[in-house]
Amino acid sequence: MALSLLIGTQKGIFVLDGDSSRKSWKLRDTVSHFGNVVDDVKQDPRNAKLLLAAAKTGHLGPTVFRSFDGGATWKEASKPPAFPKVEEGKDQRTVSQVFCVHPGHPSTPHRWYAGTVPFGMFVSDDDGDTWEPVAGFNELVSRPEMDGATPAGPITHSILVDPRDAKHMYVCCSSGGFLETTDSGATWKHLNKGSVAEFLPDPNPEFGQDPHCAKYHPLDPDILWQQNHCGVYRMDRRKAEWERVGLNLPKEIGDIGFGIVVHPREIDTAWVFPMDGTSVWPRTSPGGAPAAYRTRDAGKSWERQDGGFPDRHGYFTVFRHAIRTDVETPLGLYLGTTNGEVWGSRDEGASWECLVSWLPRILSVEVAHDLPKTP
Amino acid sequence: MKLRVSSHLHAYTANRNDIEAEGATLAELFDDLDRRHPGIRFRVIDEAGHVRQHMNLFLNGTKQKTLEATLKPGDDVCIFGALSGG
Repeated sequence: MALSLLIGTQKGIFVLDGDSSRKSWKLRDTVSHFGNVVDDVKQDPRNAKLLLAAAKTGHLGPTVFRSFDGGATWKEASKPPAFPKVEEGKDQRTVSQVFCVHPGHPSTPHRWYAGTVPFGMFVSDDDGDTWEPVAGFNELVSRPEMDGATPAGPITHSILVDPRDAKHMYVCCSSGGFLETTDSGATWKHLNKGSVAEFLPDPNPEFGQDPHCAKYHPLDPDILWQQNHCGVYRMDRRKAEWERVGLNLPKEIGDIGFGIVVHPREIDTAWVFPMDGTSVWPRTSPGGAPAAYRTRDAGKSWERQDGGFPDRHGYFTVFRHAIRTDVETPLGLYLGTTNGEVWGSRDEGASWECLVSWLPRILSVEVAHDLPKTP
Repeated sequence: MKLRVSSHLHAYTANRNDIEAEGATLAELFDDLDRRHPGIRFRVIDEAGHVRQHMNLFLNGTKQKTLEATLKPGDDVCIFGALSGG
């Protein structure tokens, strides 16, 4: 299977093609949407030729671009995500950023979801051309009590659609918490018990926590993982309580970070890429020594994986959309840094090498399969 | 009515700086602009009807934050990117 990496950056979309062994990587000459801030770009698992990208520029407002030929040509959504107009005198919310796009359930082959800044969720049933608000979600998260905000604003991310049930979804709000619906988004409930908000007067609120990234395990979607502003967590949904398994990471490393990934074939295996969350929160690799940490026992213990990374003065920042796995054997991992490097491992994190340098600030990395070649 | 736009909007105007649209108000002008150049309005004007933070809309040299102003023949309308950067 031919692999490519779709790289969303501060200045457009870059594509890195791998050979069949994943040893050789080549950056395509074409840059899509050069100059646009691309927070997320995804391939449709139901239609390999369809790509969606969440974009804006420094000047222009947010939008979604769509490609039906693997990125050779793009069209803008005719109705991008936008909050409905409200009556005069009422607070009109405005989308400042489409932060993520996510394909819907296989039973709804043209459905996509989008998460925005400020908190907002939108749905498209025409492959991303027109977007409508998910009213139940947007009503809940626009309440005054959910007014938290991160330095990047109130971000909606990690839209997880249960592969067993299209109506069952999880969505994360940075500084809003972890939310669940079982009726396609009409109603939602908070699912934060056990996760802390150390930045609030009450560190154990019902909501207001700051999840940075969440995943379910494809072999058992009731197993949830979360990299939070305040730690690494795992939950068995049947127990409905988060366990801070990040406390088992070395104390000098801590359990702060942005992204988290799981092994698609090993239910207890996950990786995090810790950031320095001490003092004034540098959010770079602790000690200037980048490393992934892997657990193979559901977070009870963690193994440092730094082979190939610089051992000093390597100040990596890896954002939440910018760490991914492939599905090959052995499993490949990929991460993009804010200083424009993509690093890859084809031995499940044991060793890493820099695949490309000098790109703009990387916001997202996505693994694409059998991406059509562009001219 | 003739309008001038900056390069930020060339993706919508086929790389032209000078375009045309009609309307008795700025709101109507933008509605017509969006018919002629689909998608252009939302990149410049948000859901609240306000000019986006980093875009500038000038009517006869005066910066406009909303689309409420009325227009008359010969008015000069410019849509430019705001100065920004490090």
